[in-house]
Amino acid sequence: MTLPLRRVLVVGASLAGLRAAESLRREGFDGELTVLGAEPHMPYDRPPLSKELLAGAMTPVDVALRVDDDLGAEWVLGEAATGLDLSRRVVFTAGGRELEFDGLVIATGSRPRRLAALAPDRAGVLELRTLADAVALRDTLTMGARLLLVGCGFIGVEVASTARALGAEVDVVSLDPPLIVAGQLVSDVCREMLLDAGVRLHIGRSVDAVLGDVQLEGVVLDDGTRIEADVAIVAIGAEPETGWLEGSGLVLDGGVVCDASCAAVGAEGVVAAGDVARWPHPRFDGMSLRIEHWTNAVEQGMAAARTLLHGSGPATAYASIPSFWSDHCGTRLQSIGLPALADRVEVVDGSVDDRRFVAAAYRGERLIGATTYGMVRALARYRAQLARHEPAITGAPS
Amino acid sequence: VKIRVDLDICDLHGQCVFAAPEIFSLEDGADLSYLPEVDDALADKARAAASICPTGAIELEG
Repeated sequence: MTLPLRRVLVVGASLAGLRAAESLRREGFDGELTVLGAEPHMPYDRPPLSKELLAGAMTPVDVALRVDDDLGAEWVLGEAATGLDLSRRVVFTAGGRELEFDGLVIATGSRPRRLAALAPDRAGVLELRTLADAVALRDTLTMGARLLLVGCGFIGVEVASTARALGAEVDVVSLDPPLIVAGQLVSDVCREMLLDAGVRLHIGRSVDAVLGDVQLEGVVLDDGTRIEADVAIVAIGAEPETGWLEGSGLVLDGGVVCDASCAAVGAEGVVAAGDVARWPHPRFDGMSLRIEHWTNAVEQGMAAARTLLHGSGPATAYASIPSFWSDHCGTRLQSIGLPALADRVEVVDGSVDDRRFVAAAYRGERLIGATTYGMVRALARYRAQLARHEPAITGAPS
Repeated sequence: VKIRVDLDICDLHGQCVFAAPEIFSLEDGADLSYLPEVDDALADKARAAASICPTGAIELEG
């Protein structure tokens, strides 16, 4: 690191930002540390928002992430970042502040993609990203609302499963089959589990028209099917929260474009981590990836902090093995590696009929990932195999 | 570094086993097992495991 680091600003007060802040301290940074967060809350955990919090098994207090008293950070909360001036090295906030920095960690995460036909300005149309979103949805479901989900990725499947367990009527409309990002085999099993749980699936369909003038009353699908609903959640994926960085000089291309060490391309002393960061993954031939998983927020937050302190290079390259989990329909899906890129999948343990199995994913002859429903113990072996494939360090993307 | 896992909170995600197989293991039909203390050589791995536990069940001391 060539710049003297006296002040570090972390933009984003969620998991990636918190882990970055903790790592900075652990690695010896003893200067001023400020964390800016758009939401009014201290860092909290998002996975329970579509599950335990919705089900009432956890409260907003329970989802708070532990923050050590001796972290020594100043928290500026409830103020979104609105701009970045790299020459003056300041970040502007919605509250009119100018926060100066020597080192910057960008961890602003992502926001739900929206559907023009079903925008959240209509009463009854919600999205699920924040604690406030989850509390609003929980209150609606508690009152016996009929739920329409648009999208069948992780959020869609988890909310559908939780809402059915609460007794709600649930319709899911999706162009893609359930959890298709986890591969066809998982998708087929997931589809059966959702049907068994009493979820009405409308796959390959989209919303053609919305019923209700002010308050949502339902939708009409492109095949003419009419669905009545009191509340709709649009969960069709997320996009990186980079609006505040436009015109800053950073390279934005489906996320903040970084080098292999998570240093932002086109700037010095700027790193990015979590949903917002795109980097060439050294373990997957430098493939440009942006990963929205919980575990990536943790590991990339830590990696970005190390890069800020020690600079880019082979020693700070970020080559973590991607990993995710999803709890739904009374079981747990877990995945390591990049099984979505597989050209061949082999069931190596358990049984698909029992919905308890491990599937190894190959691309050519190379193991590229593994996925399981309900058999996490068997996954560890494949994690070790994936780790043996040496990462190839590549330079910054051109 | 001393390690303590609250097995009531542990939800058997196995992330600690992925991060630090030298310290944590999951055997068939059993709770998580782990070394109660590791020397400095494994301290970073223990910290990585604690940081990535989805339920925050791992506490370190020292």
